[in-house]
Amino acid sequence: MITVENLTKSFQGVSALNGVTLDVEAGTVLGVVGPSGAGKSTLARCVALLERPDSGAIRVDGTDITSLDGSALRAARRQIGVVPQGDSLLRQRTAAGNIALPLESAGVPGPQRRTRVGELLDLVGLTDKAAAYPDQLSGGQRQRIAVARALAANPSVLLADEPTSALDPETTGSVLTVLDRARAELGVTVLVVTHDMNVVRKICDDVAVLEQGRVVEHGKVLDLVGNPVSRTSSALLPAVDLNPINESSYDRVADVVLVGFAAVGALLPEAAHRFGVELNIVGGGLTRLGETPVARFRLGLNGERSDSALEWIGEAGGAVQRSLKGPQGVAA
Amino acid sequence: MRSATPWSDVITYLVEATGETLYMVGVSTVIATVLGVPVGVWLQLTAKGGLRPNTAVHRVLSFVTDLGRSMPFIVLLVALTSVTRLIVGGSIGSTAVIVPLAVGAIPFVGRLVQNILSEVHVTVVEAAITTGASTLKIVRSVLIRESLPALINAIGVTVIALIGYSAMAGVIGGGGLGDLAIREGYQRFNDRILWSTVAWLAVLTTVIQLGFTRAARAFDRRRHASV
Repeated sequence: MITVENLTKSFQGVSALNGVTLDVEAGTVLGVVGPSGAGKSTLARCVALLERPDSGAIRVDGTDITSLDGSALRAARRQIGVVPQGDSLLRQRTAAGNIALPLESAGVPGPQRRTRVGELLDLVGLTDKAAAYPDQLSGGQRQRIAVARALAANPSVLLADEPTSALDPETTGSVLTVLDRARAELGVTVLVVTHDMNVVRKICDDVAVLEQGRVVEHGKVLDLVGNPVSRTSSALLPAVDLNPINESSYDRVADVVLVGFAAVGALLPEAAHRFGVELNIVGGGLTRLGETPVARFRLGLNGERSDSALEWIGEAGGAVQRSLKGPQGVAA
Repeated sequence: MRSATPWSDVITYLVEATGETLYMVGVSTVIATVLGVPVGVWLQLTAKGGLRPNTAVHRVLSFVTDLGRSMPFIVLLVALTSVTRLIVGGSIGSTAVIVPLAVGAIPFVGRLVQNILSEVHVTVVEAAITTGASTLKIVRSVLIRESLPALINAIGVTVIALIGYSAMAGVIGGGGLGDLAIREGYQRFNDRILWSTVAWLAVLTTVIQLGFTRAARAFDRRRHASV
């Protein structure tokens, strides 16, 4: 749906983007993460058509939109709904008036405009706030209105730049729910730039890690968490604390990542049963990626067939990340 | 020592002079607003970080604006005589004063407007850009509408400043309250007229200022406003 090809951008000789290539499939949510200064903002501003890249292309439905001007540029901007970083609503307009802004720019006549604004208020769950001014709304509500405004002109792509940066965890949830609904109900393709890994956990199908203006990792979130060396897995999965005293009483100690209900619920007991080993969880924990439960456990095993049990877990779909005690190289 | 002017005459003087002042100031404020707001918008559009940044245009415009603002009004009043004659067909009287008043106020309004428009937060402007709004649409619906309360206040400030300038109207026979205070009050040692005019000016400017503050608040939808 939207592809970014070899994008470069520098400011006064300092390079911010260094050949960024990304691809977001239609109807999916891509999270772009990375440390501050990695180029996330610059990338977001280029995609929002607020900044012109030095070279490279941004294609929406195959058409490069980076070199447009005048009315073609304005039309392209309506193709990309933008939820900007920070407070961006007009304070002198009601919530409904703010949502109507892109429709006015697009020349949508009054009656249709009102219908569309009504639909969007409903989508973000703020129908009762239609006549409220931004100063009468909470931060989370303002951000949801910003999402509704971004979606007003029926864009095919929604870009959210740090949509949760100024919000507390509770309101973050409501804003993410709205972004997720936009994808589910409108089929819009979402690109969300964030430093908050919770955003990735909750709504992203794919993730791209940006470092020093380069994409260093790009793929499906559920694939990347199973990869022990991926930055995504170390950032998203529960930490495994070192606990040598606990671990010294086991023949084998290994970290394992389990994805999905079946794996998390049944794999470990079955391994213990099949190979007649004692299998304990000595560290780690459970998290949720979208609707999928994902666990990273540190296992302690006792019994002659501990290696075989680990091997079997690997074959059955668990990613055995490292064997910390006993023979190395039992990785799946 | 002659006897003091009767109060009834003082009031007649005041009413007449107030009419002249309001006429001169009112018309020139309208003209200065109609022409000064676009100057302010243009200044802001061409400024660094504006919607249409253009250093050359901005510099020239800034220079002319600041030149106009630094010109003492009394100099403008006499210097513009020929221009005034061309426009209003004469160079004396209240109508003739309107020309230099408006010319003096345009750069004043322009600079005030630019300062106010530059206060609109860049995130808000950029958000509007991403909706595909044209520059004209952003100027109208974002820059001007978002700062309307401040703009109304700025017009109030302009009116008060122009009342001050109009005190010099007497130089070209324009009349008005300032002229009354100087010519009838000061130069003819008529304390009653002088101090009546001073008091009346204080009341008048206070009421005008209050009116603009109220109007500004009526257009403000931010937290402190009653909605």
